Amino acid sequence: MSDVSETAERSPETFGTAPDRRRGPSVLSRAATMFLKQREASVLAIAVILFIYFATTTPAFVSHGSFVNIAQYMAPYVIIGIGLVLLMVCGEIDLSVGFVWMLSPYVMHFFIDSGVPTFLAIVITIVLLAVVIGGINGVVTTVFGVPSLITTLGTGYIIFGYALTISSAQQINLPPESLGLGRWFGAAPWSEIIWATVLVLIFHVILTRTRWGLYTVSVGGNLLGAREAGIKVNRIKVGNFMMCAGFGAVAGILEAFKNNIIDPSAGQLAVVLVALAGVVIGGTAMLGGSGTVIGLWLGVLVLAILQDGFNLRGISSNKFQIILGAAILLAMIANTYLTRLRNAGRLQSKA
Amino acid sequence: MSTPETDDVPMTAPKADDILRVEHISKRYGAVTALVDVNLRLEQGEVLGLIGDNGAGKSTLIKIICGFQPPTSGRILLNGEEVHLHSVTQARSLGIDVVYQDLALVPQLTVYQNMFLNREQVRWPLLRNRSMRKAAKEQIDAIGITTLKSVDLEVASLSGGQRQAIAVARSVYSDAKVLLLDEPLAAMGVKEGAAILDLVRGLKDKGISIIMIAHNYGQVLEVCDRVNLLQGGKITFDKYRRDTSLEELTEMVVAEYRKALEERHRSAS
Repeated sequence: MSDVSETAERSPETFGTAPDRRRGPSVLSRAATMFLKQREASVLAIAVILFIYFATTTPAFVSHGSFVNIAQYMAPYVIIGIGLVLLMVCGEIDLSVGFVWMLSPYVMHFFIDSGVPTFLAIVITIVLLAVVIGGINGVVTTVFGVPSLITTLGTGYIIFGYALTISSAQQINLPPESLGLGRWFGAAPWSEIIWATVLVLIFHVILTRTRWGLYTVSVGGNLLGAREAGIKVNRIKVGNFMMCAGFGAVAGILEAFKNNIIDPSAGQLAVVLVALAGVVIGGTAMLGGSGTVIGLWLGVLVLAILQDGFNLRGISSNKFQIILGAAILLAMIANTYLTRLRNAGRLQSKA
Repeated sequence: MSTPETDDVPMTAPKADDILRVEHISKRYGAVTALVDVNLRLEQGEVLGLIGDNGAGKSTLIKIICGFQPPTSGRILLNGEEVHLHSVTQARSLGIDVVYQDLALVPQLTVYQNMFLNREQVRWPLLRNRSMRKAAKEQIDAIGITTLKSVDLEVASLSGGQRQAIAVARSVYSDAKVLLLDEPLAAMGVKEGAAILDLVRGLKDKGISIIMIAHNYGQVLEVCDRVNLLQGGKITFDKYRRDTSLEELTEMVVAEYRKALEERHRSAS
């Protein structure tokens, strides 16, 4: 009993360890530490290294055509990637978003054919698909407790089958009255990447500076704790599912205008996997509770540079798949390693 | 000393200024009855210790009082008036707040973000981070936590005692009048536990009424003014600290174990 009171008296209100009195690091290393503290720094570093590599070894890489190719490759993956980041941060995933991408231009075409003005048709399509598909994904996952991987796989194939049925798996041309506005919605070379980048900036603010973003992180970081704190966790998840489906619709429409065709082979499952690679390389944790859309943008940029650079080098598309896979692994290993260094540094400097 | 069998359990007399009264609360989950008929009261400015076996229903009772889930039957009176609690947020607005066993902290968020979780300051649509940061720092200083260097630290990097302190600071900041602490001393070393007890004493001095679940009866008697035992879905023991002792509390709980062992031997033979 006396031991207890002794230790209590020695430090009556100590909650943690004593302050660390090591000598502080130099200004330069402190600046470097601050920069590296940002998750996105490691992806940016990888992107820069790859850019320099291709710029110095592949003559055609630094050219207008090459950069347009990078931008156009990136854009749709960035867009659906934003939705995937939101969901992964709160602990879920959406495999159906690629199928919404495939379906949305057909739905838009239907509305325009029915006499709806193009702009309105686009908005209605996006909102309709977001609410209906996102809503179903969200409700089945939160109310029925089906893991979102399975839920969205199921809804994905239903959407796929529905789209194939209503289109008879046929390509159709964009309605001629939509082509004018279509320039602003993907047809012009930089239009899609501008949309993608603006959306990334908006959702970066949402994720980091609004309650929605805070609650999304909380739901992913401690689901029970968030619920106990009074956060409406199901509402957050359903909302994020809706936004993700909405992004799928946006990507599908922009791509249709860019390609100047509505195609049943657009989107589907593979695009989700590429976007996921960009999401994870960009620093979003697979377990939830943390994520970055800026990192997503940079992660997809890495993939786009690889794709464009090797393409210009004349690497056959067969060999290219090996390189792409290896590059994804290496980028991820590098990022994981840098993240571990970062976290170790943070733990050392705690109060 | 009262035995659990008697229906007529001697309870302490209700006071006119009881801040909280829980009357005939029961809770059933399908076939399982967690609480049978709980009658409990909390005096203004007192610390009430709630003890009982694991699985006796203490956490369930806390969850009902804080608004997280509704009782199957019974009522809750706050300052003499009946209240219907349908959410934690609503209960909080009435002055009832809770610190759960798992603290309801998000490890990836910082100290000040956790302190304001679900109570954020907003200049719509953006969070007022600077203002919250400042208020969090002031609140932590005000209740006497001295070793937290910065409110920008992620909670994941803090010790158990620091996290507990933040969870408590969060409730105090929201103007809680009744604070429910679910095992605040669990998994805490002696030094950190002593600091939490100090914190509880400080809150009592501020006039906050507290119900505290704890298993270490020595610690319970250190800081609690009165002790209730939850057993068999009812409160079966209610005494002021001065009228009881460590021996009595321990013996009561040991008697439960003894009975359980006897039953097992009886059924085995």
